[in-house]
Amino acid sequence: MKVVVDTGNHIAALAAKLAKPDVVAAYPITPQTTIVEKIAEYVAKGEFSGDYVCVESEHSAMSACIGASAAGARTFTATSAHGLLLMHEMLHWAALARLPIVMVNVNRAVGPGWNIWSDQNDSMAQRDTGWIQIYCSSNQEIFDSIIQAFKLAEHKDVQLPVMVCYDGFILSHTSMPVKVPEQKEIDDFLPKREPKWVLDPENPVTHGNIIMPKDYPSIRKAMQDAQENAKKLIPDIAREWRERFGTYHGELIERYMCDDAEYILLTYAALGAESKIAINELRKEGKKVGLARIRFFRPFPTEDILDLAKNSDLIVLDRSISIGMEGPLFTEVKSSLYGKSDAKVFGYIAGLGGKDVTYKDIEKMVNHAIDGKYREVVWYDMGGC
Amino acid sequence: MKKYDVVTTLSYPKTGAMGKTGTWRIFRPILNKDKCVKCLRCWIFCPEGAIIRKDDDSVEIDYNYCKGCGICARECKVKAITMEREE
Repeated sequence: MKVVVDTGNHIAALAAKLAKPDVVAAYPITPQTTIVEKIAEYVAKGEFSGDYVCVESEHSAMSACIGASAAGARTFTATSAHGLLLMHEMLHWAALARLPIVMVNVNRAVGPGWNIWSDQNDSMAQRDTGWIQIYCSSNQEIFDSIIQAFKLAEHKDVQLPVMVCYDGFILSHTSMPVKVPEQKEIDDFLPKREPKWVLDPENPVTHGNIIMPKDYPSIRKAMQDAQENAKKLIPDIAREWRERFGTYHGELIERYMCDDAEYILLTYAALGAESKIAINELRKEGKKVGLARIRFFRPFPTEDILDLAKNSDLIVLDRSISIGMEGPLFTEVKSSLYGKSDAKVFGYIAGLGGKDVTYKDIEKMVNHAIDGKYREVVWYDMGGC
Repeated sequence: MKKYDVVTTLSYPKTGAMGKTGTWRIFRPILNKDKCVKCLRCWIFCPEGAIIRKDDDSVEIDYNYCKGCGICARECKVKAITMEREE
């Protein structure tokens, strides 16, 4: 174990290298990040043994990953914002084909106008593709999540791709110290992939042939079951990691001072880290508040939300907006509670397009809810409270 | 043959796994082997690979897949293939 101080992107590249993918396929130009630049550097130095394929678009990147993964390879790629959106068709494809590809998405706002700052609308727009989604709030969590993601994706009861998301600039370009285990220790935690189906000339199969309406629903139901299986495995994998390497970031959610909380703030990604400071400050004032940081958006932590709502009202902070409705987390929290809880739920939207959200801003939003001033979804960036 | 238990759209090789397109046929090519000179024009021109070439360059028609387009009959220079309406 050693400590490395580096940016989120470089840490992601290091994690990807240590996971020993057989194939990395990526589009190397904007909106690509420095992740694949770093991997290219590993290739140039002879430190990366897999195949590194530069392709002509993100749609091709995901297509190449699908082909490689179907041939039995451990496969990694990375993208951001518009790159992710260009992949959209193939994201469905990867999940329906049950291929355990791991991808980093650096969350950035979608244009026009051109904006390269943090905002989760890019990946929230991919919620329904069947991918597992993790949102990170520190560089250590980025490192740990990428390696854990391979283990989860490749588990025999899951067999779904995983998207590891973190905020552009706030994490991607900020250096933090990260504990990095030795290669041997990673190898012990993450053995070689055993594919559940494979394109093999010795045992030929056709994949993706026509499927009749009577058979199609079973493919979708199997994906849903796999996400439910993932829900059970995520805590096991997080705990195994803690036992081996000592770092831990929670399971489907991370709970912070929730036990006696009358109000619990729910948010995700970098806002989750900033929110801890806000909770500390509010606690100093004697306010019984806690934080539940949503790590996994898919599978969605419905049971955790119900548990949090037993004794607390919930304040939801989204750095994303489903235009025509509200923040995606706000919607799904309420959906989880429907018919099972009387907890109040307050929805706030802040930080779109990278607009800075400090702990003081978060304190204001929490106080706004506690003080009974909430009437409807608050757009904090627009002077909503 | 290896079978996989993951639920996705996998199909395994067998005759007609991709659909027996021979059922689409309205006109059936009939080969007169006495007239055939083994020039293999039918084998070259068949767009579906439904002409089977034997070791001695004689040919057979695979009626599982022949759609009855009639290109083989048109290309045959010795009129060894005739098209007859399916029953």
